[in-house]
Formats: sequence, C-alpha cells, structure tokens
Amino acid sequence: MSNKLNQSMSLADPNGISTKQKVATGLGVLGLFILVLAFLNIQLPNKAITLTVALGLISVGIVLYTHALYSGKSKGIKNDGIWFGSISSRGVLGWITGVILTSFYIVLYFYPQFLGLGKDGAANTGLISVFDPLSQLLSGRNASQWFVYGTLYTIAILAFGYKFIKKYRHNRYEQIRTGSVMFFQLAFAFLIPEFMYRMNSGLPYYDLKSVWPLNYYIFDEWSVKGFLSNGNIGLALIVFGIISIFVITPILTYKYGKRWYCSWVCGCGGLAETAGDSFRQLSSKKMSAWKLERWLIHTVLVFSVIMTTAMVYTYLGYDSNNFWLTKGLFIGLVIAFLTLVFVIIMYFKRNELGKDAKYGAIGYFVVIAALLAMHFTGSTDEVFLIKAGSLRSAYGFYIGSIFSGVIGTGFYPILGNRSWCRFGCPMAAILGFQQRMFSKFRITTNGGQCISCGNCSTHCEMGIDVRAYAQKGENIVRSSCVGCGVCSAVCPRGVLKLENGSMEGRINPTEILLGNDVNLMDLVNKK
Amino acid sequence: MKHIVIIGNGISGVTAARHIRKLSDNQITIVSAETDYFFSRTALMYVYMGHMTFEHTQPYEKWFWEKNRIDLKKGYVKHIETKSKTLHFAEGDSLQYDKLIIATGSKPNKFGWPGQDLDGVMGMYHKQDLENLEKYAPNNKVCKRAVIVGGGLIGIELAEMLHSRHIPVTFLVRETSFWNGVLPEGESAMINREILRHGIDLRLGVNLKEIKADANGKVKSVVIPETGEEIECNVVGLTAGVSPNVDFIKESGIEIGRGVKVNPFLETNVPNVYAIGDCAEQHEGIDQRRPIEAVWYTGRMMGETVAQTICGNRIQYKPGHWFNSAKFMDIEYQTYGWVFAKPRDNEGHFHWKHEDDTKCITVCYDTTNNKFLGINTFGIRMRHEVFDRWLTEGRDVDHVMNHLPEANFDPEFFKHFEKDILFAYNKQLETV
Repeated sequence: MSNKLNQSMSLADPNGISTKQKVATGLGVLGLFILVLAFLNIQLPNKAITLTVALGLISVGIVLYTHALYSGKSKGIKNDGIWFGSISSRGVLGWITGVILTSFYIVLYFYPQFLGLGKDGAANTGLISVFDPLSQLLSGRNASQWFVYGTLYTIAILAFGYKFIKKYRHNRYEQIRTGSVMFFQLAFAFLIPEFMYRMNSGLPYYDLKSVWPLNYYIFDEWSVKGFLSNGNIGLALIVFGIISIFVITPILTYKYGKRWYCSWVCGCGGLAETAGDSFRQLSSKKMSAWKLERWLIHTVLVFSVIMTTAMVYTYLGYDSNNFWLTKGLFIGLVIAFLTLVFVIIMYFKRNELGKDAKYGAIGYFVVIAALLAMHFTGSTDEVFLIKAGSLRSAYGFYIGSIFSGVIGTGFYPILGNRSWCRFGCPMAAILGFQQRMFSKFRITTNGGQCISCGNCSTHCEMGIDVRAYAQKGENIVRSSCVGCGVCSAVCPRGVLKLENGSMEGRINPTEILLGNDVNLMDLVNKK
Repeated sequence: MKHIVIIGNGISGVTAARHIRKLSDNQITIVSAETDYFFSRTALMYVYMGHMTFEHTQPYEKWFWEKNRIDLKKGYVKHIETKSKTLHFAEGDSLQYDKLIIATGSKPNKFGWPGQDLDGVMGMYHKQDLENLEKYAPNNKVCKRAVIVGGGLIGIELAEMLHSRHIPVTFLVRETSFWNGVLPEGESAMINREILRHGIDLRLGVNLKEIKADANGKVKSVVIPETGEEIECNVVGLTAGVSPNVDFIKESGIEIGRGVKVNPFLETNVPNVYAIGDCAEQHEGIDQRRPIEAVWYTGRMMGETVAQTICGNRIQYKPGHWFNSAKFMDIEYQTYGWVFAKPRDNEGHFHWKHEDDTKCITVCYDTTNNKFLGINTFGIRMRHEVFDRWLTEGRDVDHVMNHLPEANFDPEFFKHFEKDILFAYNKQLETV
C-alpha cells in the first residue's frame, strides 16, 4: 500500500509533470526511501525522528503534488489524460506498482519477520522497530506488523483523501464523504483501539465500525473470551457488535443504502476511495464480470456464515446450566433467523426475484443442511468432516488475507480499486442484499437527458454499467452500488442523482424515454 | 418476415433497430461505413481528453448484437435503387431490403473557404476526425496552435479538447457573442467569460478569409478578413454547424431538400423508405421545432417512433416538450421548453446570475397571461420530469418560481440558490 504513494497520482498532464510535481514526488520518494533503509535493517539515528521525517516527507510530498496538480485550475472534472498515464491505465508503472504492492502484502501477512517483527518477546528490528516510538506513545507497547500497516494505511487515507477533496472541489458530496472516511479511519480504526488497549490491556483489538462478517474474528473463542473476561465494558462491546449487525446496519441501509457504510465509514472502502481513486476506471464493466461477481460474493457470504456458526458452535456447551446458550439452542436460533429472512423475502419480494430467487434458495439450503449435518453427525466440532478450526483458518487465509489484502489491494492497479468490495466482501453482500430489497436509496436518472457517453460506467469503481440504465431512463438500483457519487459527478449532462426516496416506483424500467410523444410513452411503457 | 435495413449506426438507427427487435421478428441489418459498432458520438471528445478509451463509448458489448439478432455490416452505400429495393456498396457488393431506414446523420459544414481541404483541416464529428486530430494534434509540440472556426456546441467542445492537451487555441466566432443565436445575452456573455477564463483566445465577430498552406500542403496559418491578421497554426477545426449527410441519395428518386424529406410519419416519398435523425427534414417544423433537428435526443425519439410504424402501428412523430443539454467547459447547461435568444412578441425573460459567474438561469414566460414557457439553466441541474409536468399542466411563472426547489437535481449537500432566485424574481416584479 505505502509503495504506490507518489506514482499513483494520476498523471493528468500528458506532457509530463511540472517542476513542482517533480519536487513533490522527490520528497515523497525520499520518505519511502528512509522506510526502505529501515526495512533493510540499516541502523538509523533516533527512531522517533527517523519515523517523523519519513512519514512527514511522504505526506508533504502528496500534499504538494496535489497542489501542483489542481491549484490554479478551475473547479470541475479533473480526469484529463488518465487513460494516457502509465500508472492509471495498466501501463508499465501500473504493473510495477501492482507487483510491489502484492509483495508487500505477502510479506505483511505471511512473513512479518522480514519486516523486523521480534519473535517471542524479542525486540523488533528493521522497519517495525522504527514504529516502536509511535506505538509506545499511543498504547504503551511496541509496534507489531499490524501497527505498521495501520499507520501507513491511515496516512494513505489522510493524504490521498486530501488529494481527493482537492480533485472534487466542485462537489460537496464527495468532499464531505471523504472527510467522513478520513475521520473514521483515524479515530475508529487507528486511535481508539490503541487508547482502549492503554485503558484496558485485556480487551481484544476492536475497531468499533468494523461489523461482522467483515470483522470475521469477533466471535472467535479467544475474542469472545477476551471481551467477557473484561467486565461490563467487554460485555458492552460484544453486545454492540451484535446490535451493529441486527439493528444499526439494517436501519441505516434502509434509510440511506449501503453507502452509509461502504463509502462513508468502512476502512477498506476508505482506502479504495482515496489511495485507490486513480484506479477506479480499471474495473471491468462486462456482463461476464457481473455474473462472476454475483456468484463469488455470495459464495463468500455463505462460507462466512457457516464458518462463524461452526466456530461459535465448537466452544458452546451442551448443558444449559453452565451457560444459557447451548449448542442446540444456538443452531436452532441460526436456522430460525435464516428461515425468517428467507420467508420474508419470498413473501414480500417474490415479484422482484425471478431467477435469482433460485440461487438464494440454494444458498439458504446449503447453509441449513451444513448446520444440521454439523449438529447431528455427533462429532462436536466438524462440518462435513472438516474441523471448524480448519474452516476458520481456511477462511482467514483465503478470504481474510489473500482475497481482501493481497488481491483486493495489491491488484488495485490491475483490477481497479474495489475488487475486494465487489467480488469478495461478505459485509458488502449483506448490505447489498438489503439495498436491493429494502432500501430507499437509488440513483435517479434525469428523464431523457442521457447521451450514452459512458463517463458514468467508465468511472464506476464497482463495475456497474450505469449507462445501461441511464440511457433507458431507468433508476439504478443495484446491490453492488456503494454510493460513491462519482457517476453523478462525472456526468456531463446532469443525468444522475443519488437519492433516498419512496420505495414505490423505485425500480422503473422504461422503453420510451421522457420527451417523446406522451401517447407513445403510455402505450409502450405501461404494456 | 421482412428484411429491415438501416443505413447508419448512430443513436437514431440503433434505437430504431432495438425497438423493431422488441416489437417483431423481422430480419434487421445495420449498415455503417464509419465504425463496426455503435458508439456515442457525443463522447468522442472524452477519448481525446483521456477520460475514456474509444471502447468505453460503445454502449453495448459485442454479444448484444448477436443475442438480439441485429446484423452489422460495414460498407459505404453508394447508391439506393428503390425500384428493386437494392443497396449498392462502394465495395462492389449489394444488399436487398424490404424496408429501408435512412439514418445517416450529418456532416460538418464547409463554406468554400480557400484551403478548407488542406492537411490539418478537420471537423469534429466522425470517428475519423478524432483519428485525424490525434495525428495532427497529439500534443503542443506537434501542434503549436489550433484555430477553431465556428462558435457552436462542437466548436467549444473542440476548444476544450485541445485545451486539455495544453495546445493554445484561437477560437473564431462569427457572432458578436458565443452562440447568441440560441442563448439570451446574459448567458452568452457568461460563457464568453468562461471560455476566456480557460485561457482560450476567443475572437468574437470575426470570420475566416482563407487557410494558407505550407510547402507540403499542410496548414500554415489562417487569415481573418476583418483585421487582415494572419494567425500561424498547425490545425484548423471547422465547426460551423452540420448539415444532413445525404449526397449519396441524390440519384435514387428519394426526395431531398437539405435533408431527406419526410412527412410526420417519417416516411419519404418512396414507399417503404423512411428517414430519421439528423438527416431527416420535415416539410414543416413540428410545434416550434426546426424542420431539421440535429440533436441526440430527437434522433432517439425518431428511432423509437419509426419502429412502431414499421412494425404495423403507424404513428406520427410527435415529440413532447423541447429539452436539450450541453456542457460549456466546466458549466453544464440544460433547457426545458422554449427560451429564445430574444424574447418574441408577448414574451418576457427573467434572468438571474450568481456572483461567481458560473451559474445562471433564464425563465421565459408569456407576458399576457404569465404562463411559463421555458427555462435555461447553467451550473444548476434541474429535473426534466418536473419541468415536463409543469409545461403540460400549463403552470404560470409564479408557480414555477415558487416551486423551483422541487426541480433541483444537484447532488446532495450542494448549496441551493432557489431563495436567491426567488428574491431576485420578486424584486424584479416590484420594479416593473
């Protein structure tokens, strides 16, 4: 992530970059170079000063670059030349950045010792040790690879968030939304957990805004025990985690669509919207990509439901005298909840479903069958003869690390900035489902004004073919839309508007657009 | 099953094809000499500017045409033989049709300027123009200056395109103010300033005398008759309007005026031959429209309409309330209903402009009964559906001004100006 800091600012000027931009790039690269020196275990003077200088140079570099790029220019769309820039059009720079990022993630997840992580209480060395003073300052302990990652991640969101705000000077929706992701990253994901540790070191790391199943480890045995062994505050936190899933999320998604989370709060979304902004145009808009997306993301969701249920199941007991929630009751509750959701959809939404309903039903039955098999095969911790623990580690490895990190972020310059959000995130699947079925949110099309230019589709990071709807005068109601608002911003004819309105008439397929003969519109559209 | 052949794969022809497919099982062939697939002509500028690739301008993937059984043929129709219902191609082959739709669009105007066919002189209409521009104006080293002749929608887009690659632009506009044949004075003046703010050398009230060539037959300079000034340049963009692309029809017996003459059913004088879009010319303009409407939206509407007629439901082309849109550099423009450059008899204009000089509106109303007639809006997005309804309901201008917030279509959290507008409107009433 940190490695693409300076190249990724879309090379908007096809004639090369100005002197100011070169100086800014130089400063940023210098900051990165200091971190590379640390990585190579070269002894640097005072760590606190080294870190301050390195992070300062990177941030200042990005800010100065932003000024060189946008200041003195009129307010408006700033996409000139993005398809000519090597970094932003899968050119050589794009591929190099992709390889560096991917390598960084592999090292981060699987070989933290290369970053200098001290094992078994040994002191940190290399890159991680440079972050020790900052970690000590915040939480009173030495840094881990995750602290290093979190710091760089936060700096990326803040610095590139600043760039994004400058880029969209004419659009207050974009500015306020970006301010929001910057705030949530800095406060909720970065600072608050560190302070919480300082106040009560027994609490597991908890980013309050991270909701299950994105936060798939919250119901792990060690996590739950960690919360429960820390008195009322721990209990309150785990209750908040459950309320987040079953109460807060549905209400906010009903009122505002999934954007309240995906492009206003979420950290993955935050990085994608800021540092990843230069790559949004790279997402595939093909119908085949959409098909793949639907299968993949819902498979991950089913996987996460089974995995979590199996995990919780393993550490619950049989005897209700020990703890009220037993294995049997838990399985019963899960099945009852899934059935309730299934019945509600089938009853209220049967007209909207059609073919997709079959897939939904299949997913539902797979989960139920798996759960029942688990409960009645007699073996206490196996699903289809697979240990719940193995299921959990497989999920953590393939989904949590490979999909969301290595591919999701490492491949920004190749697949676009939202491939994790689009193809993998189970939280996005749940929110998307709610958005499609029970939400007031939609993107409204302005009558017959679309000219099919394709800016909206091109710049949709989720790969939605927005134009396909707009040119039919049809509102966009799609599970995957994260409500970033860029389609509306780049539209040259003022056709698209993100809105929360009545559920009635939200989905409005049309054949003849507004502006033609009213009788013809009546004839064709109301047939 | 009939064979419907459509000449032209622009918005008009493709819309007609899509609707014919929805309504019937006829065989459909679309012929084009320009490109293999339908693309959005209005988006060509964004390809040069690097916002999109050319593929992004194509609204449908390849499978769409197969799935909907719409055959695509690349070829240039040289002659239409209406008696035998045969198209003859420049490539030598031919094609039989049962029903023919002519949807060949426009071509850029050339007014016989000396040097208008030199290398480096081009319009900005066809995909080939884009390729030409890429050849002669790839950057500001190859093209040290470009001169654009003609102050309309395409001219200002071409200026924006060249500007995005830092190529100095001189923009020659015959009128005394940009597009003031269409835009009221206040709006037109604001766009003049927007052009100047972008560093474009805007010359108002000047013509083109001639384009001079260098030794290789390439553009060297242009001469302005009013001042005798000679401006050195490497590219000349001719954007003085468009006219119907109908030259190949002349020998066919299909009646031609400036465009292909059609009745309100979009039928030509020859049975089973129809014309739609930019190339069609009504005998008389419908409502207050011009006989030839070279606009994206009207092309689409004619396509929607002619499909009905061809599939057995013969109906007239009866477009609803006029609307249009454009973008002038960074300022978006929309219009609903009729607002003419100068108020006609019994018409009044109310004009409001924001102090930042990037937003303004002009509302036109009937001074005899206060009926709302139309609105131009710059820098503020407004709802098509709401204005269409107000026009149908025959609302008066007071109603419109008091309910303007209903029509706002700007993104969430944008600053609203309806209060300022209403205040200015009421103040104007007091002084009258």
